[in-house]
Amino acid sequence: MDLELRGVSRDYVRPGRMVKALDDVSLSVRSGEFICLVGPSGCGKTTILHLLAGLDRPTAGKVLADGTAVTGPDPSRVLIFQDAALFPWLNVQGNVEFGLKVKKQPREARERTVAELLEMVHLKKFAHSWIHELSGGMKQRVALARALAVDPAVLLLDEPFGALDAITRDLLHEELQGLWLKAAKTVVFVTHNVREAVLLGDRILVMSPSPGRILAEHTIKLPRPRYIDHPDIMPISRQVMASMERRGG
Amino acid sequence: MRQFYERLKALPVPVQRTFFLTGLVAVWYLLGVLSIWPSYIFPTLPGVVSSIASGIARGTLPIAVLGSIRRLATGYFIALVTGVITGFAMAHVKLFKNTFGLLVLGLQTLPSICWLPLSILWFGLSEKAILFVVVMGAFLSIAQAAEDGIRNTPRVYIQAARNLGSRGARLYRTVILPSAMPTMVTGMKLGWSFAWRSLMAGELIYTLPGLGYMLTMGRELNDMNQVVAVILVIVFLGLTTDKLGFSVLERSVRARWGTGGGK
Repeated sequence: MDLELRGVSRDYVRPGRMVKALDDVSLSVRSGEFICLVGPSGCGKTTILHLLAGLDRPTAGKVLADGTAVTGPDPSRVLIFQDAALFPWLNVQGNVEFGLKVKKQPREARERTVAELLEMVHLKKFAHSWIHELSGGMKQRVALARALAVDPAVLLLDEPFGALDAITRDLLHEELQGLWLKAAKTVVFVTHNVREAVLLGDRILVMSPSPGRILAEHTIKLPRPRYIDHPDIMPISRQVMASMERRGG
Repeated sequence: MRQFYERLKALPVPVQRTFFLTGLVAVWYLLGVLSIWPSYIFPTLPGVVSSIASGIARGTLPIAVLGSIRRLATGYFIALVTGVITGFAMAHVKLFKNTFGLLVLGLQTLPSICWLPLSILWFGLSEKAILFVVVMGAFLSIAQAAEDGIRNTPRVYIQAARNLGSRGARLYRTVILPSAMPTMVTGMKLGWSFAWRSLMAGELIYTLPGLGYMLTMGRELNDMNQVVAVILVIVFLGLTTDKLGFSVLERSVRARWGTGGGK
């Protein structure tokens, strides 16, 4: 699924003032592309994801998915939240099958899908665990499985690994990359970690804060699968960082 | 002495409690044997036990228990349904919250038994009057809890659910209501305890079969044993409802949310 923002602005009214979260932002994502949005906090990265997901509307401009205006949320574009946003009243299995139940999929098919997904994210043994019993990395894996269950064309990830320890993060980078290579999904990945963006992205869009704008664009041509210790990642990260500081600082 | 205390402290809690209760009953029994006070002042252990036994044998006690429970269940059920609907309306209809919400908040400071005079003037000395008091006891705290629970549903839950295709009544049933459960359970428990207290208070001035009435009868007959017997039954019923009903609900909530340090 292609995605496009055309001249999008988003203003928020806060008590006593107006906050310009995004100012005239245009970008396009090709079907199957892995895009990373990087920038400091408050640069409107999350707002872009919410607009693409249809959970928020632009003040001006257009949000398009496959050329059609986005009017609301849809299981074809699924957002994975920073803190996973899993439902505590459901166990792991219940969370993963949430979207399938909405689709009224018959029980057997549902259980098969859930089993496959839990196998894929290495949580088969935890199907009946409650959410609070999981570690941060496991929660994000469940969130990923819950999103993948509805077989979306687009995955939108909002700093999903920001709160995880380095070892878990490396592991999840590998898993996400492997999954993307297999499943041919369009991915928009938001992070403030430049090296993470270089590791994962086909393209990196660098953003500046208040008001949120796109500053620079980098195409990363490293072969896949990529690993964090690849010698080119550090130098490229420096270049990306430099493009951030040129106007951002 | 100190060693003895340490050893007692190390015993399992149920054993400690058994010791305590056995001791208490023994002291009670002995005080009764000494007959320092007349029987209408001080209840004796055999007297209370035989009062309960004869109450069961004559059927008066079961009838009273059933009468009270039926009233409580009916009133509580009405309060639950109307309370949840009111809470729902307060959470979603701003005007309703601004107006009726004030009433809900303000009237919560009124002990529910204070509704009894009004209720009697409206309904006479009838089942309806007492039911009204029970409903008023539970309704307000249930409505308030329902509103709080619904209103405090974290936005990300709703966003995540909508993103996965859930909307409308389904979203309500599968996300907003379960998310409100912990708050709801607290409110339901509070509402139940208010309802139970106001029912007992209300029944005291009634001549309907019920535990409150049995207490009054005991007083009128100077039958201290019956008074204490009924008190014990009331405590027992309260504890049972708490342990079998609300504790189970609370444990289920705690297991899911991972809140609280209790087991």
